[in-house]
Amino acid sequence: MSNYTRILFALAAVTVASVAGLSAQAQQPAASAAPVKLGIVSFLTGPAASPFGIPGRNGAEIVIEAFNAGKAPAPFNQVGFGGAKIEAKYVDEAGTVANVVTEFRNLVQRDQVDAVVGYVSSGSCLAVTPVAEELKALTVFYDCGTPRIFEEKPRTYVFRVSPHATMDSVGAARYLLAKKKNLTSFSGINQNYAWGQDSWRDFLGAMKVLAPKAEPDKVLFPKLFVGEYGAEVSTLLTSKAQALHTSFYDGDLEAFVYQEQARGLDKRMTIIMTTGEAAIWRLRDKMPEGTIIGGRGANGPLARDTEIKKWFEKIYTDRYNVPPTYPAYQMAQSLLGLKIAYEKAAKDGKPNADTIAAAFKGIEFEGPAGHVKMALGDGHQGITETAYGTYRFNKQKQLPEIVDIIRYPAECVNPPPGVEADKWIADGMKGAKCN
Amino acid sequence: MLLTLSAILTDGLVYAAYLFIVAIGLTLIFGVMKILNVTHGSFYAFGAYGAATAVGIYANSDLPAALGFLFMIALAMAIGMIMGLVIERGLLRLVYGRDEVVVVLVTYAAFLILEDVIVLIWGPGSYAAYQPMVAAGNTELGELVLSNYDIVLVAIAAALAGIAYWALKFTRYGRLLTTVIFDRETAAAFGINVTLVYTATFVIGAMLGALGGAVMAPKISVTLGIGVEVIVLAFAVVAIGGMGSIEGALIGALVVGLCRAAAVHLVPQLELFVIYGVMALVLVVRPYGLFVRAQPRKI
Repeated sequence: MSNYTRILFALAAVTVASVAGLSAQAQQPAASAAPVKLGIVSFLTGPAASPFGIPGRNGAEIVIEAFNAGKAPAPFNQVGFGGAKIEAKYVDEAGTVANVVTEFRNLVQRDQVDAVVGYVSSGSCLAVTPVAEELKALTVFYDCGTPRIFEEKPRTYVFRVSPHATMDSVGAARYLLAKKKNLTSFSGINQNYAWGQDSWRDFLGAMKVLAPKAEPDKVLFPKLFVGEYGAEVSTLLTSKAQALHTSFYDGDLEAFVYQEQARGLDKRMTIIMTTGEAAIWRLRDKMPEGTIIGGRGANGPLARDTEIKKWFEKIYTDRYNVPPTYPAYQMAQSLLGLKIAYEKAAKDGKPNADTIAAAFKGIEFEGPAGHVKMALGDGHQGITETAYGTYRFNKQKQLPEIVDIIRYPAECVNPPPGVEADKWIADGMKGAKCN
Repeated sequence: MLLTLSAILTDGLVYAAYLFIVAIGLTLIFGVMKILNVTHGSFYAFGAYGAATAVGIYANSDLPAALGFLFMIALAMAIGMIMGLVIERGLLRLVYGRDEVVVVLVTYAAFLILEDVIVLIWGPGSYAAYQPMVAAGNTELGELVLSNYDIVLVAIAAALAGIAYWALKFTRYGRLLTTVIFDRETAAAFGINVTLVYTATFVIGAMLGALGGAVMAPKISVTLGIGVEVIVLAFAVVAIGGMGSIEGALIGALVVGLCRAAAVHLVPQLELFVIYGVMALVLVVRPYGLFVRAQPRKI
């Protein structure tokens, strides 16, 4: 092997590992006597910034501003957290897992934050969890989907208000079969890493339980961010499947939609996009009519039209000129949950990580995405109802719409407490309460 | 079976066209200047962002689609030209003659800086530039539906290969380039302005990188980090064909494109493995790639 080839290999590895570098931003709201410091971690650069990181960060910014101004609706209308203004420090999640853990340690040990709210990548969440427990640092994950966080062992200081990813796949299978009762064959295209593999595994498992006669046909796992899907579209065009499952997001989802539309794949099979909600405001009339859309819960247009949902949608849209997508909802729900826990703990004196964690366990509250119940993982993992619907572009209003929405109760699409998600599906989703 | 074979062939050609377009600039710069140019990923990304900007402008005008496509390419290549000139004259000129690793690290640093420059200019959001692909329509071949835009991509790659061959073999600049590739010092001794050849080559390479981004922009979501994927793929293609060999890049692109398409259709589990598997196999048999002969070391 030549010198140049060796350099080539080394460079390729270094380049992939560092993607776009690490940067951090800090925001300093008005100072108060004893502010509550929060570390908000999300992708601010890199490919996951646009679909998840930035909406999540914006969701945090707008909700924290409302908290500090005491303008959130009741019962969240006390200023800041229990009367103390919130100081948020925004940190980029981009970079290697080692960087993510280092930044987490910096937030806890150097910046002395009272809690960290963040993380999109399941890899980040899995890496941060043991460190959070070691440092006894209160941590609330907002977007990452892996069920393993609370299945591997009991946690004390780590919480996740947003439901885990199993709900998305089970809900997708239920909706697909409600709309296509005679389905005999389905295919899947998912990214070749944990998120894509887990999403397909859960969807396939749920389909086996709910429609044992339906057979999987083409199962594709292209490389993450590969961008060119010509061969995949051809393969699917030659498939006899009536439906296509995908958990693609952002750049990959948009590239796939452009390329499949140019070749008419969506005319041959119904596409189910478990994260499609995050793309509808960008794709608009480019999103195929009739696509089944999920939003990792009842978020965005899938949310019930409650007062708190209308409040959140308004303050977000007024500031950013675009409606909030599901990562923004997840961030808002996470901050609302933390606020309730903090103020509950504050009733017995100045809160600390232990008292807030004790207060956080098992709480229930109403957020923009519906009723949250911290029911799994010994009260550390939230469940909510989920919803799926069918996409159409309203040409008169020039707006995306999700119609024909079906809602599934939390207990219908989430495993019962104490049961691991994949085993629950494999055992036939026993105990699911769907009515 | 016939359907699958024809799908493999067409998909392989389209993917090969994409690979060749993104790799030709990289291999040209290496062939002449012996620089492994990591900034090539930035040229690709800036080309794509420039194309998306151009599409945004022409989509709001009454220009016909073909003119819009040409405007998109012209703007991207103009960006590539300016970037190439600035980086070669402002940066690389200062490190010529240094160890090759130092030069590579300089281009890597420039790549990282340019990633942030993208955020400064275009922000962290994604851009769409699908209009040319939609306007191109599609062609039905039995059960297979081909995007006409993909056919245009193959034509562009073929034209680039033809122009590169003609320019190197039959033009004065091509012969000068060949001389510099063969031996820089001897070329300089014969009065060839090697500095000028370097600058021209780097600018052309940068324009080709930007062209790659421009023609791919309608197929993808133009977003942060797109240059990273391209560097890795382009390196793989160039390593298979032989660093600095344009015909090697063409053959490397065809080999990788066809193998990947076959894997996706027949053994999708190997889709990720096949590109680097082919590269490893070629390098085991021919460590300098398919089209580069081992050269005696000068003393």
